Amino acid sequence: MHKGTKIIAIGERDGVPGAVIAECLEGAGYEVVFQVTECFV
Amino acid sequence: MSENKEGIKPVRVGIEGVFYSLSHVPDLVRYGSKPLRELRANPLLGEQLTKHLRGFAAATAYAPHQVYIGNIAPDKLGELPKPWFVKLIEGANPQGRFGALVNQDQFYASMAGADQFDLVTLEEKWFHERGARYPLGHRQPRLGSAPEIGNLCDKGALPLYSGDRLAGAFQAGHEEDANLVAEVLLENLAAKVTAAHSLRALLDNLNANAGEIDFVISSSEEAVGDRYNRGGGNLAKAIAEDVGCVNASGCDTKAFCAGPMYAMVHGASLIQSGVAKKVAVVAGGSLAKLGMKFESHLKTNMPVLEDVLGSFAVLLGPAKPGQVCMRLDSAAFHPVRGGSSPQAMAEYLAEKPLAKLGMKLTDVDRYGVELHNPEITVPSGSGDVPRTNYLTLAALAVMRGQIQKSQMEDFVRSRGMLGYAPTQGHIPSAIVYLGHALDALQSGAIRNALLMAKGSLFLGRMTHLSDGCSFLVDRNEVSGG
Amino acid sequence: MNFENQGVIKRLADQYGPENLTVVLGNGEANGVEVFAETVTEGDPSYAGPLAGVALKIPVYHVLEQEVMNEVPENLRDEKLQLSSLVIDIEPMHQLLQTARDKI
Repeated sequence: MHKGTKIIAIGERDGVPGAVIAECLEGAGYEVVFQVTECFV
Repeated sequence: MSENKEGIKPVRVGIEGVFYSLSHVPDLVRYGSKPLRELRANPLLGEQLTKHLRGFAAATAYAPHQVYIGNIAPDKLGELPKPWFVKLIEGANPQGRFGALVNQDQFYASMAGADQFDLVTLEEKWFHERGARYPLGHRQPRLGSAPEIGNLCDKGALPLYSGDRLAGAFQAGHEEDANLVAEVLLENLAAKVTAAHSLRALLDNLNANAGEIDFVISSSEEAVGDRYNRGGGNLAKAIAEDVGCVNASGCDTKAFCAGPMYAMVHGASLIQSGVAKKVAVVAGGSLAKLGMKFESHLKTNMPVLEDVLGSFAVLLGPAKPGQVCMRLDSAAFHPVRGGSSPQAMAEYLAEKPLAKLGMKLTDVDRYGVELHNPEITVPSGSGDVPRTNYLTLAALAVMRGQIQKSQMEDFVRSRGMLGYAPTQGHIPSAIVYLGHALDALQSGAIRNALLMAKGSLFLGRMTHLSDGCSFLVDRNEVSGG
Repeated sequence: MNFENQGVIKRLADQYGPENLTVVLGNGEANGVEVFAETVTEGDPSYAGPLAGVALKIPVYHVLEQEVMNEVPENLRDEKLQLSSLVIDIEPMHQLLQTARDKI
């Protein structure tokens, strides 16, 4: 992933939730501009 | 029963019984949230939808429904030929060991019987031919002629169909209040009558008197209220009244899909503390979730499987010797600082509460998780929810060195089960397994079961957090209380 | 991908420029991944959402792919992602996503 890119985190409740993706990518030094978790049930 | 580890004093509340109802309402699928929106955008879809609706016999003979009402054990479901919607069960009974299927005629009649505000008008010929045979309680239904019904619908009432026949109309409760439009009130009344059906049937099964109940907790998926208080609630009391629990009051517990589990903990706590003696925990069906995945079912030429409203009722009382009980000392929640990772959920809802009891993940004989029927969810790309839940528990057991990675599938097979509940949100969430768990615990086939539910709070746009609730069920000592 | 999320991605692409964005997914199963990947690269394959016919060409990853995992600090990986990597089979998803990224 190229440095400086902004992250859109689209998580899934039964996979990896958006908030978790966001936390991990922020920990990696990226800016997360949007996070959401889809729930199908 | 679970072995009592040293220093651990079990706190038990008795589970007297459970009853599950499935109200088959094919002609209300059009009012589910997704179909309602899609059919308004594309009316031609309505015709296609109608062609894919199944009748009561097919819904009764549908294997997952037979598991739900207690006629087939969850373990047996995997052995049955698929697809389940084609390979129907011969001689299937709508009455189950701890549940029942309710047909649409009875459902419409019960709505009229439970309606105190003249929302429901039934077409008089239809009622006398089809609805009158069902018990209505003390109330006479509001009846109208066919032209009168047609008139109400022209003025904005929701038509209640029975196949092609106009069986009635459902009106708004207020001219202007958006929270009292017909669609909302239909949702609320559907939750009320389905929960009431389950509670009534449970009391019948137990030969118990409605007057013995002193508290009812409802955890249904609706929002009873008006424009000044959209979710005012206490549907519980309306249900208590409908069932004849004259000595009870009640209140609602809401937490998305984990709601019923919290309601059980609250109910058990009322008993343990002595505030109440007999508590009914009920959950009504979710009209909004009817036909949620109908488009994928149409595309794959399946019947619309989300044509049933699921509901249940549980009766709690002080623990008796030898009785199957909730372990109140095992009740676990997911704290704010927990974070939403599947790992955190499994730690807080399974690992930590078990550790408190001196147990490992491998000391649980059965896990009752979110048991959505995969035949409904897989065609629409939503995956196999129970399997994902079980794999998560198995993965945590691997990480803790309790099992090897190669034993994950075995963990899933022996401590899990196939999903069989309709996708009714809170209904598949853990408590759906309680009926079979009671059987297995009473016979000694299992020593314990851990029930775990999760709630997608983020859907309400107030927090990104996930949520959950769990507790263990086991048998009380024969000698003690 | 639901239409609301498609709309948000479109707005963000207008705001930041699609070349400055990366989508990171958390799907539990592979069949959702293919559709999501196509939606943010070539456009909504169902031709119904806000990204219908809109080819943003935004690179898309799954959080459990090595390319992403390698960048996440070890403690976060262990605490937040390790269990998911045991549950979710990333290999088929990686194939799909690599193909989508190569097309950009």
